[in-house]
Amino acid sequence: MFEDKKDIQLQEPEQDQRPDWVKDSKTLTNSGLPDEERDWFCDARPTPAPKSNRIMEKFFNWARANSLWILAFGTGCGAIELRPLITARYDISRLGMQPRPTPRQASVFMIGGYVSIKTLKRIVRSYEQMQGPKFVVAVCSCAINGGMYWDSYNTIKRIDEYIPVDVYVTGCMPRPEAVLSGFTKLKELILAGKAEGQNLYAEKFDWYKANQKKIIHDWNMPDYNW
Amino acid sequence: MIDTIEILKKQFEINDLYHQRSNLCFITGKKEQLLSILQALRDLHNYTHLVMVTAVDWIEQNQFQLTYLLHNYESRTDLGIRVFLDRECPVMASIHHLWKQGRVYQQELHEMFGIDFPGSPDQDIPMILEGWQGPPPMRRDFDTKKYSEETYSNRERNHHEPEQYMKQILYPEEN
Repeated sequence: MFEDKKDIQLQEPEQDQRPDWVKDSKTLTNSGLPDEERDWFCDARPTPAPKSNRIMEKFFNWARANSLWILAFGTGCGAIELRPLITARYDISRLGMQPRPTPRQASVFMIGGYVSIKTLKRIVRSYEQMQGPKFVVAVCSCAINGGMYWDSYNTIKRIDEYIPVDVYVTGCMPRPEAVLSGFTKLKELILAGKAEGQNLYAEKFDWYKANQKKIIHDWNMPDYNW
Repeated sequence: MIDTIEILKKQFEINDLYHQRSNLCFITGKKEQLLSILQALRDLHNYTHLVMVTAVDWIEQNQFQLTYLLHNYESRTDLGIRVFLDRECPVMASIHHLWKQGRVYQQELHEMFGIDFPGSPDQDIPMILEGWQGPPPMRRDFDTKKYSEETYSNRERNHHEPEQYMKQILYPEEN
């Protein structure tokens, strides 16, 4: 009797080995694409960056801290404060920083204030497309606790549940000096080896994804894209 | 502008003239006659510019109020036409054939108030609320604070009395 039952259990249909976002083809933007073009999207999980020995890591951190390129993606009104930083008065190029137009070339993501659901989707996508090592600076009180949008139906209250944040800059809105001070703080953290947001994202990937999918109802992108 | 309204009054059922400024008037028209009023204003009376279409939720009267604001470039006057819809089944004729940009306002009103404009292009495509599950958020019976508390999590806050807190920071030995 028991052996018969075992046989029946073994004859279950084979599990679908394809990744989740391919199986769920209804909600995908690339569902109409032919198979060979699905390679445009990658769904591999992120992995924590391997550490080298202490001296080399110190050298790498020094190099990372002195060449921070900002993703110039104006996610909220705080993005206005980035523009004076580029000008001659504040001049972030003397710190080795400059804005870049694409996430592929940037290493610092500046969340400039309130984040609506529609923006969050683009933020997650842009953050994942950035190449490591990558850091996040959240500017303005809206990104920290919702700010004046604390009772809004479409604005999230804390950004660190969806992507890891290394440095917060408070204020509504912070002056360029404050943003500059935030970037200087980020440099200190990187030099001390404490800016580990990227690795945190890889380690707690399921938690971040669950939070993101709880909010973004029309999830039409792969779980991780780069 | 008053002459225009006098002419319109002879043709259509128009009431509640509200003269707000010398160059701004509001009239209330019938829902069924709105397209004819707008067409007459655009083609005969030179109100060629659709400034905006907006809605007000009068929940006590169980009505939606639509306001079509038109501008006349020659006389430099604005004329608003108000229409009242039933709140239970808000359906209104689309004006995208009169002004092409009307469809954007209609798309937004459909998204935010749930007012249906049959035949309006791209009406069901969301502008802001992607994947929204819930009632239209600009209706007054939608509790935005409750929805926000249920959906988005708060950050725990530490409250400090400024005087005591600064004393602790500046003069720790006194406490």
